[in-house]
Amino acid sequence: MSSRIVLEANDVARHFDVSRPALQRLLAGEKKRILRAVDGVSFQIVAGETLSLVGESGCGKSTMARLAVGLYAPTQGSITFEGQAMHAALADASLRRKMNMIFQDPYASLNPRWRVRDIVAEPIKAFKLLSSRKDIEDRVGQLLTQVGLSAHDGEKFPHEFSGGQRQRISIARALSSEPEFLVCDEPTSALDVSVQAQILNLMRDLQERLGLTYLFISHNLAVVRHMSDDLGVMYLGRIVEQGPAEEIFRTPRHPYTRLLLDAIPDISAVGRQRTPVGGEVPSPISPPSGCTFHPRCALANDRCKAERPLETKVGDVAVACHAVQEGRAA
Amino acid sequence: MALLEVSQLCVEFPTRRGTLRALDNISFGIEPGEILGVVGESGAGKSLTGSAIIGLLEPPGRVASGQIIFDGKRIDNLDQEAMRAIRGRHIGAIFQDPLTTLDPLMSVGKQLIETMQTHLKLSDRDAKARAIQWLEEVGIPAASERVFAYPHQFSGGMRQRVVIALALCAEPRLVIADEPTTALDVSIQAQIITLMRRLAADHGTSIMLVTHDMGVIAETCDRVAVMYAGRIVEIGPVENVVRSPQHPYTEGLMGSIPSLEARVARLRQIDGAMPRLNAIPQGCAFNPRCTKVMDRCREERPDLLPAGTTEAACFLVQGGAR
Repeated sequence: MSSRIVLEANDVARHFDVSRPALQRLLAGEKKRILRAVDGVSFQIVAGETLSLVGESGCGKSTMARLAVGLYAPTQGSITFEGQAMHAALADASLRRKMNMIFQDPYASLNPRWRVRDIVAEPIKAFKLLSSRKDIEDRVGQLLTQVGLSAHDGEKFPHEFSGGQRQRISIARALSSEPEFLVCDEPTSALDVSVQAQILNLMRDLQERLGLTYLFISHNLAVVRHMSDDLGVMYLGRIVEQGPAEEIFRTPRHPYTRLLLDAIPDISAVGRQRTPVGGEVPSPISPPSGCTFHPRCALANDRCKAERPLETKVGDVAVACHAVQEGRAA
Repeated sequence: MALLEVSQLCVEFPTRRGTLRALDNISFGIEPGEILGVVGESGAGKSLTGSAIIGLLEPPGRVASGQIIFDGKRIDNLDQEAMRAIRGRHIGAIFQDPLTTLDPLMSVGKQLIETMQTHLKLSDRDAKARAIQWLEEVGIPAASERVFAYPHQFSGGMRQRVVIALALCAEPRLVIADEPTTALDVSIQAQIITLMRRLAADHGTSIMLVTHDMGVIAETCDRVAVMYAGRIVEIGPVENVVRSPQHPYTEGLMGSIPSLEARVARLRQIDGAMPRLNAIPQGCAFNPRCTKVMDRCREERPDLLPAGTTEAACFLVQGGAR
């Protein structure tokens, strides 16, 4: 199978300097404080497929989303889009328009003072895809119909729509530059479940019809399972397990993946009794040594405390865990 | 006898453009030691039901009709002062955001001691000992050293544990928990759910758990009430409501939740959105979105009646039409 790679991240890291102002820091004799939001992440996304990144707050998944569309430049490592380095892809308008983003909060990501038709038409105008007013108008109408709204809705303002409808507008805007690659950062987290189902169904329909490639960011494993071909589980800025989604859901190997899957309340588990794993996600400013998950891990030993585990292939899945590599994880 | 009995409760908001009925004829009961889940989408009126019970309706909202009976006494018509004596002492509350519930300028121990001394007769020494005991019980490590730490020194999950301790420290018989785990990550959410269930069992406390997350309900509750547009559309034992929902809305809601068990090609979706309060359709409020709508549904409002193994407000399942 020849599978074209749309986006490739190679040992990507993004660090933020969260130190206090220089003088105060000097007076207090502090070192610089660096937040390693993303710390050495590699993955590939194949055309027409969906890669999901999943993890808890602070694991770096949203930072990774922003890196993937070039909103942040990586501190280290490289990202290539369609074979071009990200900075070159950004400079080339014909490539730049092929990537777009859908944000989490449909209330904050639409300008309240613009009519919907202007919101949706903006990328068309910015990339000079169409010039005549009539053509733009027709295209906007077509886009709105495509996401399940009506062409007349273009005359309205965002506040006239419900959350789910606003997210449809965001999707229409993202599609207006005729992209091939969409980064979706928690697109349904702000929505109710019945509306979430509408949006997820729409996104899958569009993917099939337009051959879109998705990088899907979510904290909700059930949503991720529904959407993904491939899956990467993130913890404190690193991917701890990645591979085909079905495989990971069938046999989760990394202790953190297992924890996440166990922790999710599921409607099929009425009255389930369980023993939740203790502890919380540590601060990414001062992450634990070695494997960052070791303070919460039941399988941790001295090696896990000292040495950072590297990704190793187990079948199709890459796992970064000493216990899995040594066969200690039953 | 039920610990809490809500009957035909209506809550209204008078506005310039007429009166909005936010809760419409709500009736349900909670038995001692029972965990009742209240589930629904945004705007269904689930939080409002909780606020009405603890007497914290935001003005101009008011209880227009109906009764709330707690422990054999009517509490919906009490004045502020009388309600204050019940709130906290007999009915506790846990809210979504632990940061806004806690006083940032007061140590958590002080907040616990103050709450206990307001409601129970305790000496300073006993109160402090009990405060430490409560922090230990909700799983705060090194409780005796951290008792006088401030809320900002705790993480989100730990803060929610403190809030739970605060809600339970006066040993109320009923706790209203409004989206207690929504602001938390899944692994922390699992810890909090387990904790709440254990404490309810240990102390015989009843809980009314308000949430939009059906998964949380399925794991935590004994019974569940499904709300839609200010009404209860279905109520019954959790297992029956989840496995064999009777009302088409509940059925759609269950189908729209992506499952961890299996991947389906398409999620079941309910088209449209919940009506606004000023435009609730005549008859059954769900009729414009219902795939099995009948003429009768557009005119007459169905009552909540036994149907199958639950109670549902739907003509389809009443009288064996299905």
